[in-house]
Amino acid sequence: MKNKTSVLPREEEAQSSRCPDNSAFKQQRLPAWKPQLTIASVLSSFFLTGAFCLIVGVCLVLSANSVREIQVDYSDKCSDCSKLRENSSNWNKECHCSINFTLKEDILGDVFMYYGLQNFYQNHRRYVKSRSDAQLLGRNVNIQGSYCAPFSAYRNGTPMAPCGAIANSMFNDTIDLFYNYNSSVIQVPLLKTGNSWWTDKNVKFRNPESYNLSSAFAGTARPPYWQKPVYLLDKEDERNNGYVNDDFIIWMRVSAFATFRNLYRRVRRVRRFAEGLPAGNYTFHISYNFPVTKFKGRKHVILSTVVWSGGSNPFLGIAYLVSGTAAILTGFVITAIHLKLRKKKTYFQKQ
Amino acid sequence: IFAFLALMCLILAIGNGIWEHDKGYYFQVYLPWAEGVNSASYSGFLMFWSYVIILNTVVPISLYVSVEIIRLGNSFYIDWDRKMYYPLNDTPAQARTTTLNEELGQIKYIFSDKTGTLTQNIMCFNKCSINGKSYGDVYDMSGQRIEINENTEKVDFSYNPLADPKFAFYDHSLVEAVKLNDVPTHRFFRLLSLCHTVMPEEKKEGNLVYQAQSPDEGALVTAARNFGFVFRARTPETITVVEMGETKVYKLLAILDFNNVRKRMSVIVRSPEGDLTLYCKGADTILYELLHPSCNSLKEETTEHLNEFAGEGLRTLVVAYKSLEEDYFQDWIRRHHEASTALEGREDKLSELYEEIEKDLMLLGATAIEDKLQDGVPQTIETLAKANIKIWVLTGDKQETAMNIGYSCNLLNDDMEEVFVIEGSTSDDVLNELRNARKKMKPDSFLDSDEINIQFEKSSKKQIIIPDEQANGVYGLVITGHSLAYALEGNLELELVRTACMCKVVICCRVTPLQKAQVVELVKKYKKAVTLAIGDGANDVSMIKTAHIGVGISGQEGMQAVLSSDFSFAQFRYLQRLLLVHGRWSYIRMCKFLKYFFYKNFAFTLVHFWYGFFSGFSAQTVYDEWFITLYNLVYTSLPVLGMSLFDQDVDDRWSMLFPQLYVPGQQNLYFNKVVFVKCMLQGIYSSLILFFIPYGAMYNTMRSDGKAIADYQSFALMAQTCLLIVVSVQIGLDTSYWTVVNQFFIWGSLSVYFAITFTMYSDGMYLIFTASFPFIGTARNTLSQPNVWLAIFLSIILCVLPVVGFRFLKAQLKPTPSDKVLLKIKEAKKRPPPPSPKRRLRRTSTRRSGYAFSHQHGFGALIMSGRNMRPKSPFATTGTFSPNSDKYKHKGL
Repeated sequence: MKNKTSVLPREEEAQSSRCPDNSAFKQQRLPAWKPQLTIASVLSSFFLTGAFCLIVGVCLVLSANSVREIQVDYSDKCSDCSKLRENSSNWNKECHCSINFTLKEDILGDVFMYYGLQNFYQNHRRYVKSRSDAQLLGRNVNIQGSYCAPFSAYRNGTPMAPCGAIANSMFNDTIDLFYNYNSSVIQVPLLKTGNSWWTDKNVKFRNPESYNLSSAFAGTARPPYWQKPVYLLDKEDERNNGYVNDDFIIWMRVSAFATFRNLYRRVRRVRRFAEGLPAGNYTFHISYNFPVTKFKGRKHVILSTVVWSGGSNPFLGIAYLVSGTAAILTGFVITAIHLKLRKKKTYFQKQ
Repeated sequence: IFAFLALMCLILAIGNGIWEHDKGYYFQVYLPWAEGVNSASYSGFLMFWSYVIILNTVVPISLYVSVEIIRLGNSFYIDWDRKMYYPLNDTPAQARTTTLNEELGQIKYIFSDKTGTLTQNIMCFNKCSINGKSYGDVYDMSGQRIEINENTEKVDFSYNPLADPKFAFYDHSLVEAVKLNDVPTHRFFRLLSLCHTVMPEEKKEGNLVYQAQSPDEGALVTAARNFGFVFRARTPETITVVEMGETKVYKLLAILDFNNVRKRMSVIVRSPEGDLTLYCKGADTILYELLHPSCNSLKEETTEHLNEFAGEGLRTLVVAYKSLEEDYFQDWIRRHHEASTALEGREDKLSELYEEIEKDLMLLGATAIEDKLQDGVPQTIETLAKANIKIWVLTGDKQETAMNIGYSCNLLNDDMEEVFVIEGSTSDDVLNELRNARKKMKPDSFLDSDEINIQFEKSSKKQIIIPDEQANGVYGLVITGHSLAYALEGNLELELVRTACMCKVVICCRVTPLQKAQVVELVKKYKKAVTLAIGDGANDVSMIKTAHIGVGISGQEGMQAVLSSDFSFAQFRYLQRLLLVHGRWSYIRMCKFLKYFFYKNFAFTLVHFWYGFFSGFSAQTVYDEWFITLYNLVYTSLPVLGMSLFDQDVDDRWSMLFPQLYVPGQQNLYFNKVVFVKCMLQGIYSSLILFFIPYGAMYNTMRSDGKAIADYQSFALMAQTCLLIVVSVQIGLDTSYWTVVNQFFIWGSLSVYFAITFTMYSDGMYLIFTASFPFIGTARNTLSQPNVWLAIFLSIILCVLPVVGFRFLKAQLKPTPSDKVLLKIKEAKKRPPPPSPKRRLRRTSTRRSGYAFSHQHGFGALIMSGRNMRPKSPFATTGTFSPNSDKYKHKGL
């Protein structure tokens, strides 16, 4: 008895002094959910995702197939022009070419016109950073220190507006679409605004403030490859001119890959084209300004409709179908293996 | 890994050189080469360094920071563990270094001190045999022996005001015998209170403290004191004893002291009544020779008891007395005086005299002292052995004592095929003994075709690492300090390691502190294994410092061991919790952490690598630079920390019940080169998916509103969102223990990602910091697209499902031993509640007494150990008792 009384108070004292707290955290006994890979969960995950993938895949493939797309490579078809452009001294000579194509069926719904470039490395690091966002916001900044070099200023010190390699290399072909209807040629009405992101148009790009555009850009010069200064990009529409020109904005949103397409125009659904593009013969009239042969690039013009999943790229749909099938097959394999193993086990147990 | 990084950079740099040559050269119209770059190869050279910068996220700084945090956290868990807190002296476990936690999960060799580590260094009078009757066991009504535990009623010594309250004895019949004035019993205790060299100290009236040179003696005198024969004071000539309340002063006429050869000591006293008596206690083998023939029958009975005591691991002594004739004694004492003042051959003459008088003794009985093991030591050792940990006991004690302890704490047992004893005293003897042992364990190991022998021939002897060899059974090895000294010499080292490491248990006795360190060093040198040394005294410091991990027992022998240790706690039994629970968890957590961390950074970084092929090898990053900055810092750091601080595959109870779960750690199965390559491959696979699915989904297509989709910023956002969700799902898959914190971290990180992304891509941020946040509007415009989400979902499925399937199939087809154990645990969980640890304790303890019986013949002779068997050799380390110096003390008094 003596023993106990002598030990007890010490223990209590210890409780208050050095004995660790009895909290779930400190004793590593936090309540926890302990999921494990069981046959049920594994199989159901395989079969469910498999089924889901198949369904999505089918939907995607069907919708991608319903997209009508016409793609015309005009880098060879306008070989004269391309040869002319190879020599940079001919930079201000105009060159036109036209390409005919036939629509056997109507293209219904909204029709979009894209230009596509191949082998144009817009994603090159030095290219991507060769711009001045501050300048494009209409701020009066010194672009000498920016990444725009060597396209920041001329030798005489006049800064370029806009500066940088991206702006300098802006796609400047003009493409018009004509509909040959009963030997009369109707120009398909095209919308050139509303093609860029709202945020780009209204937030990211702004013209310098001034009473008019040309004065706003006074003291700057066009980039060397441009044929006209930035404030003449669209003479007809004040809100589509200067830095906020849609074509310019779209070009400035550099592509992630060397092969890409950018939205150029949308078909305006009026009169004859209210339903889309009717079947018949069409002609692209192209004012060929953008040289691509030098870097072995190619140019396309594309007409396409869109669906909820975007364009006619079947990749996602096929990928879904493949992975769905693979998941289900693996599910079956796992089931087979599991059954076999279980048989073995029960066999052993019987023995 | 750095080679891998360099290789990737080199590939990309060469790619860049070729690209600049083939394409960039022509592309200069739109993008002239940077200033100073005038050839493709130079550009490639520059690109090499650019890619070094981009791809170095494979091994990010945050890895080291996180590792430190995890180690710190796991050390705190050790400090906080209540199950490693010893309430009696208020000592919690303490992790004194924070860098070794995961090595605790890989221990292969434990080097343990004996005294104070395995044993409490408290001797305790446990049993005795008086006049042919054995006392000390408790029987119940039906005559069954009862296991003594805390609830057993103790003997009440209240009749004796001078009793030591700490003394516990359970057999009431002995007290009855004392109270009934049984003559042999009285004589027995009188002997115990007279025949010793203990010094009493009585600071307060009735409060006696004994200063015993050896704890055995202290225990015997204390026992006598409690039974009513209180040794109260001594002068050089007298001994004062309070016998059953009656003070008696004995004249001390001679002390026939202990030494290693005699293995006994005697005193000659004259009682107040004037009787001359010689009291003698000593080792049974010696004393039995000196007995008077009249006590032969008593001798047999006592022998039986002795064997029984010895079998239980108790230290036994035989006590005897002899009445002396006055005349004879006077003659003897005169000769004794002459001898002790002789100038030459004093020792010899004295011992001759001693021999002469110590004969025809009358047997009184025997004492049994328990060298008290620390609580739970046998169980701990059994568990650790099951965990495939080899235990080496290094002790300064004598061979018999060491082996005795080895048996009593389950190190050695009858399941062993053989226990080899190496005690050769020349180099050749030791070599032969070692070789013979090895031949028995593994006859093949002497063939030339044996792998290790081949390896010896090939490589220089010094730098060799010996792989583990499997013996054909369970063996033990006992080696003495003498032989060890030879075995540790250059050419025998290898033999020793090979032989010793095949044994399950190695006991080295009579070793010096330096030898302890040398043994540890030896194993460290030749074995690729993590070693742990545990000890409590100053003599263990060198060993603790040498081993990878040193554990100090904060106990009686001062603080030196604790101060030089990495971990410290109060009881040996906490070692199993430290290793099997904390060590295992730390190791698993660290491995999971490393695996996941490398995976996530490979998946993250390699996307840049693939993108290089599409961006002209221009070191263009795939992700927004803010994402790159925040990825390791914010988005993925907390979930992985949460996992590696809280994860546990099985809880502590199960990991103690299935020590086999510890084995993968020893073989370093959870993180080695193979595992690393595996998680690298997984990372590569994921990065391929993470790059090519967004690529394919964006290639030559447009948004659902007809605008272009494949711009760089959208692609970056898509890729990084994919990546983040994939690694989050992956950590969800890796986490096997989802606490609230984990949930919070994972979901929190994802939501923080979206919150930060939307904030950084907002109008306001752009207008304020134009140059820093060029991704304005990307989040809004891209994440509203159905096919972007479909692509993200697809990449998640493709990254995660194969892993799920692979893991499941692996567990099904090729289950590792730990998988099987986990399965067993799962089944066991379904059925009854896990057996409580208490039941286990009982089972092992009955088994312990079981083996004791089987030993009484083979080892009865070996195990008897004298009270003063403290070695007088230069190797003596733990014991401070030296009979000679003690004797001089007396003379001084």
